[in-house]
Amino acid sequence: MTLMIRDLCVARGGLPVLQGLSFTLAPGQALILRGPNGSGKTTLLRTLAGLQPPLAGQIDGTEEQIAYAAHSDGLKAMLSVRENLTFWADVFGQPDIVPALDAFALRPLIDRLAGTLSAGQKRRLGLARMLVTGRPIWMLDEPTVSLDVDAVAQFAAAVRAHLRAGGAALIATHIDLGLEADVLDVTPFRATQDTRAGASDEAFL
Amino acid sequence: MTALLRRDLKLAIRAGGGFGLGLAFFLIVTVLVPFGVGPQSELLSRIAPGILWLGALLACLLSLDRLLALDWEDGTLDLLATSPLPLEAALSVKALAHWITTGLPLVLAAPVLGILLNLPAAGYGWLVLSLLLGTPALSVIGTFGAALTVGVKRGGLLMSLLVLPLYVPTLIFGAEVARRGATGMDPVTPLLMLAGISAGVIAIMPFASAAALRVNLR
Repeated sequence: MTLMIRDLCVARGGLPVLQGLSFTLAPGQALILRGPNGSGKTTLLRTLAGLQPPLAGQIDGTEEQIAYAAHSDGLKAMLSVRENLTFWADVFGQPDIVPALDAFALRPLIDRLAGTLSAGQKRRLGLARMLVTGRPIWMLDEPTVSLDVDAVAQFAAAVRAHLRAGGAALIATHIDLGLEADVLDVTPFRATQDTRAGASDEAFL
Repeated sequence: MTALLRRDLKLAIRAGGGFGLGLAFFLIVTVLVPFGVGPQSELLSRIAPGILWLGALLACLLSLDRLLALDWEDGTLDLLATSPLPLEAALSVKALAHWITTGLPLVLAAPVLGILLNLPAAGYGWLVLSLLLGTPALSVIGTFGAALTVGVKRGGLLMSLLVLPLYVPTLIFGAEVARRGATGMDPVTPLLMLAGISAGVIAIMPFASAAALRVNLR
């Protein structure tokens, strides 16, 4: 279940953005990804989540293990909080949404339509989705956007509980979550401008 | 899979879901055609099968660009692609939901609208049967078109152009079944061709749709 990345090269739009990236993520461990805007954090997470193929390198231990949270939460405005969460619980084959509701204090909102929630409440619902996936490796892309201080604390507590239960987390963020986590700055791995490496991918599309 | 089907049906009938859009369009087309053609009941009954099939096809096309675009915009497609559900299955379920909310109402409404077009009595059964067999193919092919153009801004036009040629065989054989049925000829051969087209695309298209969507999600 350990995630192992060896010599990974990821590309966005056919252009390599990160190369020579290697790290491992063991159960119970959290890794914070840092780097300026456009440095390839989102591309790295999308590649690890299996949404796009890497240009080179090896990824081990991601098969059916990853719960991915992107910038957008995948919520349906016309469904209630309960319906949104139950849908994802059903897709991932998990029976219970109550712990997820409690972890992000969503119980008072349970019958509200997701379209009527505030941005921070939507984000909390999106993060609660991670708890109903039952997957051991969380990949979170800027999870604290539009969260207030209390909600960030709730989120940090949820991540800590997940780590204690043997899970792992890979988090791209700019703020300090107060987690006991290693930090990986992706800036040194920025790809040198070799445009040809990714060009073949585009040519065949 | 049933969770996705239930969610899609629920979304379709809630406010803004677009349920009834295709049906309303179908209704408008078939109600307006007699006004446009004029009061010639014999001409009307001759063109009725073709008009009904064309109306059903265009009604299907109208609702296609919502099929995946909404899930793309709110990020649901990315999350579905990382879920345990294979994309092929997810897209088949979405095509099924589209058929239930768009194709099936058209099948049920067609006999009523046939009266407006003076469809001969012998044609009703064959019309309903041909639509019942043909509209699933329209939904499945349409899902492929939607998967190809997902993420393209204003992709509806591009999708229509891509999908229309793929719809032609279904239209030819579907309308032929209804026409032969209405004129008392033997409709079995085009009926078998229509059923073959539907069975074929239902078996093959989800794989093509999933492959197209994977490329578009990168």
